Amino acid sequence: MADDRDREGTEIAVAEFHKKIKDAFEVFDHESNNTVDVREIGTIIRSLGCCPSEGELHDLIAEVGEEEPTGYIRFEKFLPVMTEVLLERRYRPIPEDTLHRAFEVLDPAKRGFLSKEELIKYMTGEGEPFSQEEMEEMLSAAIDPESNSIHYKDYITMMVIDEN
Amino acid sequence: MGCGTSSSMKDKKSEKALKAALVIQNWYRGHSAQLKTRQRYALTIFQSIEYADEQGQLELSNFFSFMLENYTRVLEEDPELVTHLSDSNIQDKDRQDYWVLIDVPDSYCGPRLQFPLTFTDIDLLIEAFKQQQILHAYYVLEVLFETKKLLQQMPNFTHIKTSPSKEITICGDLHGKLDDLFLIYYKNGLPSVSNPYVFNGDFVDRGKNSMEILMILFVSFLVYPSDLHLNRGNHEDFMMNMRYGFTNEVLHKYKLHGKKILQVLEDIYTWLPIGTIIDNEILVIHGGISESTDLNLLHRIERNKLKSVLMPPIPIDGDHATEKGNKVGTTITARGIRTNGSLSEQLTKHEWEQVIDILWSDPRGKRGCYPNTGRGGGCYFGPDITSKILNKYQLKMLIRSHECKPEGYEICHDGKVITVFSASNYYEEGSNRGAYIRVSSGSPPRFFQYQVTRATCFRPLYQRMNAVESRAIRMLKERMISQKTDLIRVFQLQDSSKSGKLSVGQWAFSMENILGLNLPWRSLSSHLVTTDKDGNVDYMSSFQDIHIQKPVKEVQSTLIETVYRYRSDLQIIFNVIDSNHSGLISMEEFRSIWKLFKSHYRVCVDDSQLDELTERMDLNKDGSIDFNEFLKAFYVVHKFDKLSKSDTKVA
Repeated sequence: MADDRDREGTEIAVAEFHKKIKDAFEVFDHESNNTVDVREIGTIIRSLGCCPSEGELHDLIAEVGEEEPTGYIRFEKFLPVMTEVLLERRYRPIPEDTLHRAFEVLDPAKRGFLSKEELIKYMTGEGEPFSQEEMEEMLSAAIDPESNSIHYKDYITMMVIDEN
Repeated sequence: MGCGTSSSMKDKKSEKALKAALVIQNWYRGHSAQLKTRQRYALTIFQSIEYADEQGQLELSNFFSFMLENYTRVLEEDPELVTHLSDSNIQDKDRQDYWVLIDVPDSYCGPRLQFPLTFTDIDLLIEAFKQQQILHAYYVLEVLFETKKLLQQMPNFTHIKTSPSKEITICGDLHGKLDDLFLIYYKNGLPSVSNPYVFNGDFVDRGKNSMEILMILFVSFLVYPSDLHLNRGNHEDFMMNMRYGFTNEVLHKYKLHGKKILQVLEDIYTWLPIGTIIDNEILVIHGGISESTDLNLLHRIERNKLKSVLMPPIPIDGDHATEKGNKVGTTITARGIRTNGSLSEQLTKHEWEQVIDILWSDPRGKRGCYPNTGRGGGCYFGPDITSKILNKYQLKMLIRSHECKPEGYEICHDGKVITVFSASNYYEEGSNRGAYIRVSSGSPPRFFQYQVTRATCFRPLYQRMNAVESRAIRMLKERMISQKTDLIRVFQLQDSSKSGKLSVGQWAFSMENILGLNLPWRSLSSHLVTTDKDGNVDYMSSFQDIHIQKPVKEVQSTLIETVYRYRSDLQIIFNVIDSNHSGLISMEEFRSIWKLFKSHYRVCVDDSQLDELTERMDLNKDGSIDFNEFLKAFYVVHKFDKLSKSDTKVA
């Protein structure tokens, strides 16, 4: 009995995931022909609440793409892969305090801020570096123009409120 | 050993830094994607509502036909109204005289144009409009008359040749956004013999400087008639202007002569060319094509006979009943209403449909050709249709406008169709970029993008997204409230246990069905309803912080809702009925129109209170209703709202 209910529960969950994925996909499906530009897949996946790294994203794209890359991803291939991702709760988003600690690692003197140059250095020099556009965008919101630095605690608080 | 330890510590440190950077980058990319998605959702909302509105507009045309059929009183007693509705010639002869008699006082310090116009007049206008001056009606009418004369000499399609040294610039919809035109002229240069332009329709409506845009474009045209090309868009239509704001703009800026200006404009629109063909390769038209598009026919028709998309050819005898857009069927509506020679005053049904397709269609990825259900007119055409029509006429490319694109332009159908849209921030500050294209023979087209910003220029992305999103959600909520009764009925039908809750799926299904908007409801639900931890929706929560203002307390909500929902349609209908532009209609007329309206739109509302409502609002107490005042009284109040109520008034 419990198994049946569980199965039904999963079926309903899957159906709801399918609808969510379809909604997110359709918003980027400009020509309404069940394909999206491969360059938008990252945005779509992230809009569904997942936070894959660039490397993980690359692997996902390989999974949902065609044998011969066409520059487009088809919904029929995307749906099952994405459903699995959601069911398995993969690529969970970064919690606020983890983010805060990451900033603190880059600020060993515990000043409470990073200078603009330091932020640029880390974001474009380490890890999975930002493109110039990404860097500029982050700077426009994060940098306090008077001190030319990012007060990361405030920044995080602001971004988190905004998301909710 | 010392070195060894310190280098391994350094490694550890840099490893930590690497991980930290990864965390931040990962988080940021997720955040960025959320913002982008929110922007897209907002655009989808704006677009769905915009197209649903356009569909409402086209439904009005059915209503007018229906009205002519049934409004027997009008047939007998007010032939003037009927001729107004039935597309007959408005007396032309006294116009020229009228204009010449207008006096420009010495105290007028706006721009004074000198005929014949030269390029200095273009500069003059630009400078004046930058300082928010208004061009005097005398000059407006002079420009309009001269423009009309010149347009009448133009063919339906202008054929242009470019050369490697002479590119042509193609601009899309401007919709009254003057700053975008200024930017284009500034970035790309003023029009001239060596710098030709095509403006691909929709110069007016929605933005607040449609008049100024028209003046600059028409003056540019008069100065450079061979190098400034204007194509008609679906908003170059006096009935669209009534709903989408241009009529209001004119009447507001030109209190004395506004009506005359509108009359002349009505005519001018019909004389705008249908399209341009560049180097016999590129077809530039406003909307799109259909599988039956016949360019040869379109070259030949008398384009000035298409007054408005809302006035399809009325069948003169039973044989030519229209299936499209005329629910009246085969009944004869002529009955002696039409004046002499009426057959020759309108296009044939086939010709009319050809032009509507050109002005209203949208390209889509799906193959084939389908009715454009989003807008209610024209069609959706697929890549196969594009290939077929382009090949048929040995063309290589179609450049069109008509749809707002986030990047200002979009290429589809394997590079054969380009959409160019030139009104940046069309829906809201930050909603989209604008673009223009430069083409010349032998080279690929070049794209230029821009986004006009004002004081909010330096706001970070997330703040701009918030503004766009709030606006979109607000509009969506107003749609919801205008159909509150229907929505609640459907919700309650599914809520058998009367718990006040539904699953998200049930809620989404109901919303889509009742509102008729194809939107990602699940993703939007967090903005529109409260959800509990089980994921169930409290469906009444949407209506808690928003209501329609009741102009009269005792009147039922359903009646208020209905008037609110159809307020744009009603305004247009009243405007058309009010043939002498008094702003008033009699109680009798109001009641008869309401009855017809109810019957045609199948509105089920108990209007025993209608009299009460109108009597309470008959402020003049003389048996007539000031309909603009009447409709203004129906607006939505958002309880927790920073925007003022004036943002939600009738367009």
